[in-house]
Amino acid sequence: MGETLRSYEEINEKIREGKAVVMTAEEVIDLVAEKGLERTAREVDVVTTGTFGAMCSSGLMFNIGHTKPRMKIAEAYLNGVLTYGGLAAVDLYLGATQVAKDDPLNKVHPGEFKYGGGHVIQDLVAGKDILLEASSYGTDDYPRKKLSTWINIRDLNQIYLFNPRNAYQNYNVAVNCSDKMIYTYLGLLLPHLGNAGFSSAGQLSPLLNDPYYRTIGVGTKIFLGGGEGYVAWQGTQHDPSGARNERGIPKGGAGTLAVIGDLKEMSPDWLWGLSLRGYGCSLAVGLGIPIPILDEEMLYFCSIRDEEIEAPVVDYSNAYPNGTGEVLGYVNYGDLRKGRITVQGKEIPTASISSYVRAREIAEILKKWIAEDQFTLTVPVLALPGKESGVRFRNLPERPYSNGQNGMRR
Amino acid sequence: MIETRKVVLHFPQMAVDRPIVCDLALHFGLSFNILRASISPHHEGLMVMEIIGESEKNEEGLQYLRERGVEIQPLSQDIKKVEEKCIHCGTCVGVCSTEALFMERPSFKVRYDEGKCIACELCVLACPTHAMEALF
Ligand code: SF4
Ligand code: SF4
Repeated sequence: MGETLRSYEEINEKIREGKAVVMTAEEVIDLVAEKGLERTAREVDVVTTGTFGAMCSSGLMFNIGHTKPRMKIAEAYLNGVLTYGGLAAVDLYLGATQVAKDDPLNKVHPGEFKYGGGHVIQDLVAGKDILLEASSYGTDDYPRKKLSTWINIRDLNQIYLFNPRNAYQNYNVAVNCSDKMIYTYLGLLLPHLGNAGFSSAGQLSPLLNDPYYRTIGVGTKIFLGGGEGYVAWQGTQHDPSGARNERGIPKGGAGTLAVIGDLKEMSPDWLWGLSLRGYGCSLAVGLGIPIPILDEEMLYFCSIRDEEIEAPVVDYSNAYPNGTGEVLGYVNYGDLRKGRITVQGKEIPTASISSYVRAREIAEILKKWIAEDQFTLTVPVLALPGKESGVRFRNLPERPYSNGQNGMRR
Repeated sequence: MIETRKVVLHFPQMAVDRPIVCDLALHFGLSFNILRASISPHHEGLMVMEIIGESEKNEEGLQYLRERGVEIQPLSQDIKKVEEKCIHCGTCVGVCSTEALFMERPSFKVRYDEGKCIACELCVLACPTHAMEALF
């Protein structure tokens, strides 16, 4: 790791005085190329990252306040979108991919999925009134059975995003080897390797700038949906132990983050409801993380370039849906970003499902917050499981139920 | 002067059954490429095509169609990009075969050049924010 150049406390002192030197993960690449690692590490205190893309594992936890008479909500809908009520009386959870109840889904393929959880989240944060319809069975202490009312974010007690899995460290590049068009969460894929879809922000992406999770951990304060949020836990499917390249970059999806933040502080510019044809609804989340340059090694990590990050090319017509694990090869984000890659000898156009220009904007906003608005850095209270932790993503070992078996099935 | 025009033809029910599009070649010496068509007997039909020929012959040919009840619009009006809804992800770029939609570098903003659009509507299917609209 080399000599420690500065501590979190020293960085925060400079931030409070408005003297911290902050650069985005894109800007710092050129600076390191020009001045070298050692000199740049002495100058730069913080590097900011960003990503803005579809993050299906996102959702909203909120409390609507008690009704009169009281009601223990069993089933609820927001603008027709099923909202989970299996919590205390008026606590609810809305998932980003939940589709409105009257949606025809994929009955006529490819379905449009016009409105879902992600859209409700965007409408809520935009301050629009939302129709809540709820029902219950009634109890002695919570007798009410029906509720239909407009609600608005400003009247809710607590409302916070709580996303179980965001900011994937790296991700697949999807292609289609079959002879018909397919509809995936990485976009429309044309037959016979007609195009490729990818999603990572590459050199701007948070966990690709801190590949071993030295500074990003539980408690790290972040940019989330236009407001302040925190890393709450390792994300679901966090998988730090897979193969890495010589720069420490995982060669496929790896680390993930669970994040949390107050929706009242956020903005509809950074939370977009998405309709992915033939696939479903989702939410595009804007997320950015500051990385303290504690030593030269941290700057080395932050100077990663798209060309040095590889991603696996996977056939979404067969290998992915059937979980065969087959990879058609590796390509780098430099080529993905330029718009052309070669797969099995064929040159094909690429398209991202996440927005690079918005990832860049997030890194810029975070830079401004730190340099001018006293957004300080937090020391993680718990490290994310790392490469040596033994934590691995496992597929489900299915054990089907058969009749006559002893067990809890009811 | 030879010119190429892209037009959207709306056929009323009565005109669908008659081969009036072929008349463009027969009577006016025009060539045409049908880019897209959804026409079935006894229904209103829609055809997107490219007409190539002398500019005055083009005009005469289109007038001929108009007289037979076909409504004609220039194509560029029909696929729209609604800027306020665009998050510049680029999903549409990978499916656009004519590069009407393209990634501008180094800004990484997605731009739309209406003149190159052939109204295949793949971008309308692909866009996750409904920013691409087909208005026929
Ligand atoms: S797919 Fe839609 S949101 Fe994405 S760049 Fe194209 S028009 Fe914009
Ligand atoms: S309709 Fe087809 S040609 Fe026109 S912009 Fe969309 S994808 Fe490109």
